Amino acid sequence: MGLIGEKIDSIKSIQIRQLLTQAISLGMIVTSALIIWKALMCVTGSESPVVVVLSESMEPGFKRDPIRAGEIVVFNIVGRDIPIVHRVIKVHERENTGEVDVLTKGDKNLDDDRLLYAKGQLWLHRHHIMGRAVGFLPYVGWVTIIMTEKPIIKYILIGALGLLVIKSKD
Amino acid sequence: MHSFGYRANALLTFSVTALAFICAIASFSDKFSNQNPSAEIQILNINRLKKQSYGNDEVSLTLDISADLQSLFTWNTKQVFAFVAAEYETPMNSLNQVSLWDAIIPDKEHAKFRIQTSNKYRFIDQGHNLRGKEFNLTLHWHVMPKTGKMFADKIVMPGYSLPDAYK
Repeated sequence: MGLIGEKIDSIKSIQIRQLLTQAISLGMIVTSALIIWKALMCVTGSESPVVVVLSESMEPGFKRDPIRAGEIVVFNIVGRDIPIVHRVIKVHERENTGEVDVLTKGDKNLDDDRLLYAKGQLWLHRHHIMGRAVGFLPYVGWVTIIMTEKPIIKYILIGALGLLVIKSKD
Repeated sequence: MHSFGYRANALLTFSVTALAFICAIASFSDKFSNQNPSAEIQILNINRLKKQSYGNDEVSLTLDISADLQSLFTWNTKQVFAFVAAEYETPMNSLNQVSLWDAIIPDKEHAKFRIQTSNKYRFIDQGHNLRGKEFNLTLHWHVMPKTGKMFADKIVMPGYSLPDAYK
């Protein structure tokens, strides 16, 4: 009786241990993805550190990196949920406060972006601008686009990753 | 350890890392190119200098722009975006930059050019500061690579000025 009891106990403890290990491995994967995302937010100082066009962000507030004509900036418009990535064509910077009026335009568009701005808005200001583009990684954006348009793919990917981890212990 | 899933995962990770590395090297190779662009801009005519009905000064002018940007093109160049901006100072604004003309240069053949054009975008001041205003005309170029870091530079040409009275 005692021997069987011992055997059952040892089997249960192995199973529990395995289960815990699998759960922790899965948790590690999820949290490391979160860590990378948050670290990017921290390093770049931006709420959206990676947009489809890879961008580097400007810190809002006092630490300033001047906005100049010709730069490609990522900006938000009140009432739109997706930021726009266009080039700055006009800059008027105030002498006293350093505040800036900015006008943007897509390179290939005929008109400037005033049609896209909020009603009555003629200029962008620093708080609209989230970052500027510094380079290109071709085709990487397709992953983001696909995951946004068909969110099911996001779930499939995470599910597959989870399965991989769980299967490793079998 | 040798299941399909593991192999697929390892292959994918390796190929993405390798591609990223190749991208970085391609971008880095641009540092070794020898670049000597040149440009010259003349104002052919000041067509109009007026005060708009609701306040600000506006000027319309015709420019003669010639430039040779061929040395900017490398094997990793997708296109070059060039534009001419008028840059000046006013009492209220420490810097005003107004783009007057721009062009997308798709390849080396198109990078040496001379055009005469009136300003593509309206040159409007915030205020009435344009009479007799001295300003720089700066030719900027932004090289957009096929992959990697963009780089940009400019040639500043000072010494242009606007007439003293509205016309």
